Amino acid sequence: MKADIAIRARGLTRRFGAVVAVDHVSLEVPRARVYGFLGPNGSGKSTAIRLLCGLLTPTAGEVEVLGLQLPRQAEALKRRIGYMTQRFSLFDDLTVRENLEFVATVQGLSRQAVPLRVTELLQDYQLEAVIGQLAGTLSGGQRQRLALAAAVVHRPELLLLDEPTSAVDPESRRAFWERLFDLADAGTTLLISTHYMDEAERCHRLAILASGRLVADGAPAEMAAALDGRVFRVLAEDARQAHGVLQSLPGVLSVAQIGRELRVLMAAPDGTLEALPENTLLRLEFALRAAKLAATLQQASPNLEDVFVDCTQTSRRVA
Amino acid sequence: MNLRRLWAIIVKELRQLRRDRITLGMIIGIPTLQLLMFGYAINLDVRGLAAGVVDQSGTQAARVVLQDMFATGVIQPVLTLQTPQAALMALRRGEISVGVIIPPDFERRVTEGREAVQVIVDGSDTSVQNAVRQLAQLPVGERALRVVQPVSVLPLYNPGRRSAVNVVPGLIGVILSMTMVLFTAVSLVRERERGNLEFLITTPVTRLELMVGKVLPYVAIGLLQTTLVLWLGIQVFGVPVRGSTLDVYLATLLLIAANLSLGLLLSTRAQSQFQATQMSFFLLLPSILLSGFVFPFAGMPLAARWIAEVLPLTHFMRLIRGVMLRGASVAELWPEALVLVGFTMLMMLLAVARFRKSLD
Repeated sequence: MKADIAIRARGLTRRFGAVVAVDHVSLEVPRARVYGFLGPNGSGKSTAIRLLCGLLTPTAGEVEVLGLQLPRQAEALKRRIGYMTQRFSLFDDLTVRENLEFVATVQGLSRQAVPLRVTELLQDYQLEAVIGQLAGTLSGGQRQRLALAAAVVHRPELLLLDEPTSAVDPESRRAFWERLFDLADAGTTLLISTHYMDEAERCHRLAILASGRLVADGAPAEMAAALDGRVFRVLAEDARQAHGVLQSLPGVLSVAQIGRELRVLMAAPDGTLEALPENTLLRLEFALRAAKLAATLQQASPNLEDVFVDCTQTSRRVA
Repeated sequence: MNLRRLWAIIVKELRQLRRDRITLGMIIGIPTLQLLMFGYAINLDVRGLAAGVVDQSGTQAARVVLQDMFATGVIQPVLTLQTPQAALMALRRGEISVGVIIPPDFERRVTEGREAVQVIVDGSDTSVQNAVRQLAQLPVGERALRVVQPVSVLPLYNPGRRSAVNVVPGLIGVILSMTMVLFTAVSLVRERERGNLEFLITTPVTRLELMVGKVLPYVAIGLLQTTLVLWLGIQVFGVPVRGSTLDVYLATLLLIAANLSLGLLLSTRAQSQFQATQMSFFLLLPSILLSGFVFPFAGMPLAARWIAEVLPLTHFMRLIRGVMLRGASVAELWPEALVLVGFTMLMMLLAVARFRKSLD
């Protein structure tokens, strides 16, 4: 294994009875980077993360995390990873300090190191004001900071975060992401699952999951750039009617209304002249005019949401 | 097993317990309430049964017999009736539990050595029936009748036949079976319900550390409860401790260990706190009924005895009564102690084997 790869999975599969939660996923996560899992609910994000930290045993496939083979070396891996669960999993009836002390001790910090590290974390994660407060009475943002602090107590090489920001306000989310990049700069590899586009956009690399399968991966900007020429903006007087007309045209993958505008995503070009952006533009315009709808059209630069829609729609059509 | 991690779990458990006022209250409240309730209410020597008297002879000898019967305290005259039929009616209406009928030819029957007094009993309550049957065997009216009892019974260890003496040692066992199994079963399941376990299993904490760390605080609590029940039993009911105190605690420790390991096993099976509670109550009832706490073991059918032999409370009951009432030592009662040790080891083994450090 190359030194700059933290996780390598091949054909990773997990079944729960008849349901295939994760279906032949192969991926490589580089070290000291923020790697995102983007997907709708039930797409297998949580299961994938649990497989990668040894909490679940794969039905098939090979996983190598930090140079350790799973599930054989799962116990050894546990000392080197931090895991922040989707649901708050610290103890509601312990104070902030008691929670951190407990985690520090079970993570194997020495008697002298525990108070030092706890004090440091309380400072770094702005928890000094609530040291003596029971974790169950904290606000969403405070809880999230505590959970992250607890996950990094032992300075893990790999940090897995399962939808960590689902219960906090946008401001806390921004601050939270700053902390994540600080950790990545310090050399930690981060694997984070999310269903927020703006969060996914921040990741160094991204994997899009749809019904258990990895349908695309790469750097967010590159993935978006790959859709160049397939996204159009339509400003129509009667947006609802135009929506109906465009939706039924061949080659149109999705039409989404954003305010008064429509955003049209075309299917992948099949190499014909007709699929060239200029010709697509004419074709859409013609269709609208035929329906007696006045509209102005222009090409738009694709974003991550387009990538996401493209991946999930395409995989649905194939399925 | 890493002692620092184990200690961390114990400290966490105690801190959580300190904040859980209801559970804390139950730790003290359950033993106290139960001891007072059982100690006073479970009274197998029936006293003060309402009796109706029909004296058709009206002789001096009959009055002596009646006086002796009332003097036992088992029955208490509440009605004086004229005919046996009136006594039957009163019995059916529930006004009296016992009817004492002395026929007109009482003295002639006594002289001829025939049955002279008839006692009718409300047999719908078996313990009343038993009490009155014993009444018939008491040396009632000896002065008048000169009856000789052919068999004499010498009750050792509890000559006053006070129930509390018999109930309190067993009650230690019942209380520990109730609280210990429930506490451990619920405490692990609660962590699963609250999501704590999902975090804990990603840490280096081992299964054994987690289980032992959860159990040890409750051992201390069990001993605390034992002390409370013993103290109250001695102070309030004058229960004797004829064996050594050390043996009492040793026997108790064996039961605590057995119950805690059983609780752990339940917790690996139960999905919710509700289920854990149901399971422990499912086991509690046979423990109370079959262990010999309420009904004598010797009277049970074979199948019930086999079930009873599997229950830790049965063996504890023999141990603790032996130690507290007969002054025996745990060493003398080693087979019972051995069963409890074996039970604990088996449960612990199954629990650790069943508890997985993954979410599969």
